[in-house]
Amino acid sequence: MDLKPDERTMASTAEHPAHLQHHFVSSDQQFDAAKMGMWLFLITEILLFSGMFVAYTVYRVWHPEVFDGMAALLDWRLGGLNTLVLLASSFTVALGIHYAQVDNRKGLVTNLVLTFLFACIFLVVKYFEYSAKIEHGIVLGDGFAPHGVSHGVDYATYDVMFAQQFFSIYYVMTGIHGFHVLVGMGLFAWITVRAVKGHFTSAYYTPVELCGLYWHLVDIIWIFLFPLLYLI
Amino acid sequence: MSQVNYLNHDKSLKSWLFTLDHKRIGIMYLVAVSLSFLAGGILALLVRTELLGPGETIMSADAYNQSFTLHAVLMIFAFIIPAIPAVMGNFVLPIQLGAKDVAFPRLNLASFYIYLAGAAIALTALVVGRVDGGWTFYTPYSTSVGDGILFITAGVFVMGFSSILTGLNFIVTIHKMRAPGLTWNRLPLFIWSIYATSIVQVLATPVIGITMVLLFLERLLGIGIFDPALGGDPVLFQHFFWFYSHPAVYIMILPAFGIISDLMGTFSRQQVSGYKFVALSSVAIAFLGFLVWGHHMFVSGQSAVSSIIFSLITYLIGIPTGVKVINWVQTMYKGSVWLQTPMLYALMFLFTFSIGGFTGVMLGVLAVDVHLHDTYFVVAHFHYVMMGGNVIAALGGLHYWWPKMTGKMFNETLGRIAAVLVFIGFNVTFFPQFILGTRGMPRRYYDYLPEFTDLHVLSSLGSYILGVGLFLILGYLLHSLFRGKNAPANPWGALTLEWTHTTTPPDPHNFHETPIVTRGAYDYHLAPELFGGDGASGDGHGEEAEVSVPSGQATS
Repeated sequence: MDLKPDERTMASTAEHPAHLQHHFVSSDQQFDAAKMGMWLFLITEILLFSGMFVAYTVYRVWHPEVFDGMAALLDWRLGGLNTLVLLASSFTVALGIHYAQVDNRKGLVTNLVLTFLFACIFLVVKYFEYSAKIEHGIVLGDGFAPHGVSHGVDYATYDVMFAQQFFSIYYVMTGIHGFHVLVGMGLFAWITVRAVKGHFTSAYYTPVELCGLYWHLVDIIWIFLFPLLYLI
Repeated sequence: MSQVNYLNHDKSLKSWLFTLDHKRIGIMYLVAVSLSFLAGGILALLVRTELLGPGETIMSADAYNQSFTLHAVLMIFAFIIPAIPAVMGNFVLPIQLGAKDVAFPRLNLASFYIYLAGAAIALTALVVGRVDGGWTFYTPYSTSVGDGILFITAGVFVMGFSSILTGLNFIVTIHKMRAPGLTWNRLPLFIWSIYATSIVQVLATPVIGITMVLLFLERLLGIGIFDPALGGDPVLFQHFFWFYSHPAVYIMILPAFGIISDLMGTFSRQQVSGYKFVALSSVAIAFLGFLVWGHHMFVSGQSAVSSIIFSLITYLIGIPTGVKVINWVQTMYKGSVWLQTPMLYALMFLFTFSIGGFTGVMLGVLAVDVHLHDTYFVVAHFHYVMMGGNVIAALGGLHYWWPKMTGKMFNETLGRIAAVLVFIGFNVTFFPQFILGTRGMPRRYYDYLPEFTDLHVLSSLGSYILGVGLFLILGYLLHSLFRGKNAPANPWGALTLEWTHTTTPPDPHNFHETPIVTRGAYDYHLAPELFGGDGASGDGHGEEAEVSVPSGQATS
């Protein structure tokens, strides 16, 4: 490896702590750079989703009756539950960052684990929503053929023109969002392990802060998806 | 090359493959990108050879369609977009900023491997199925013919990540890692243009990402977003595609502007005229570039009102671009112009890019565009901007920084001969295509009417001259690696940090101590030590060297 730290950074003094990479002058510079990089990444995420929001808007304007009718099949109670779960997880991750800043390792770990669990709950709920639809032929793409009756819902009545497109948009948007939740779980598993090992202190908690930022974005996107798909 | 430098401090293969050094990553990009250019170039020569005469010449219509499609995909996604930012940006940008590395070295290495993976996935399409619809992947053709499209879209999606990560890295590096004293108004203009480019990369690329995902799913599963039978709209695909791909042409051309600015200042031995205007015009172009995508869609069926608005904003882009061209010419005025090979490319750029730019304004005129749409006129315009702009500038930059990258000087005589060959070959190839286009020759066609034969033959002959010129460059650059003279630290007498404060080739850490910047990138009047009139550097103004100016103090 040619990333040879020079002598100054090898000495783990207060001025040049171990977490400081060789090409940065100070911890502040490193932290600011990392945070700015994360914000830029979040902007790219917003633009990634913006394409889908545009498609949603265009087709909603073109076929309002289809979007109105199909949204009835999405259970606002489950969507609402997931909204609460994600809001709670955003709170716990913010609390985790706070505990990292005050050197409270136990508080940090607890809140990271809670965030992870909330993400699990979100995906479990999503799993039940998806499977109830797939079971009745509401799938992504060409296999779309609603059929059967359960819980008083006659799925065959949803087999109308352009219904397939609505559910495509639903699956793609929530699917890509769900993928981000999954990635977030991986990130939280990773930083929880590091937190347990004591890698984070008030002097260095950059990864916690960055994962927190990411998680808030995942939350915010859901805040938009929920009303657009379930409520209106 | 006795001193320790980034090339010789560790020569193992592993030290290259896992390097976090921005300079080595830049070199690896250079190799990868050059291979893409070689492959794309050979395909172009095959296409031109096929067009030597009407009807079948060397290949079937099917092979021809696949050849021009692959030529375009390789050249655009695997060559032009990464070429200047990922090669020269990576190598030069941190040094010009006085930094030891980019802000996120691991991300930088990751972006290289992501690029390789994307290119590999895209090339898989060659083996598994045909792709022959051109690089724009318009639906419904792309969603109904051939399975290769699945791999191409996946490859473009993956390469997009690489582009985003590079742009993100550079923006943070420029904001957070400038050396003490390196204010925004002292930045080399190359940095300014890479900055503008990076903004476009970060903001536009995610949109092509999601477009490729949707196209992929449309082809694979039939999700109905772009399929009218299911309530979708193929024109929406065109909007999505151009929302990225128009800004993407600025990803291709803005870094070229930066190189030309650096070359003009350095080889004219003058402050670049209108520095702030040149710097901010890059940002203006990046901004306006997001608002003109509809000028690719004048005949797509979008509303007349949007066509008129898109047309007007397209004219606006001519203003910042004109600001640049005028200031480059002005920079040479009363300067000490030194006609070394890199400067020849800068002069060539003024000529070819201006033709490309002006024909772009012509195509922005609604009525004219309806006539010229999908003809060779568009092909010629595009190549005058992309090849006459980006590639010429990239060649200038490559010659300019070659001594710093490799520590070797190339053969100047051969360099000049090749530059002339490239210039002649390029113009002979593409100028006849403007005429062909106005006479009605449609782009992408395999066959043509007999009366177009002469101009087609001329164009093909030009492409062979161009090919000879480019292979000559490859030859003498490779030769210089083994037999070239050792390069001094600052062979061009430039004032930017990579020349004044590093050895040739640079140290693994770039600088032994962080430089402190006291003047702008082209403040020759503040640099008596370089403006020495020794005859060798060609400036010929010995008497000015006597005027010793204290550094940091501005004079007229």
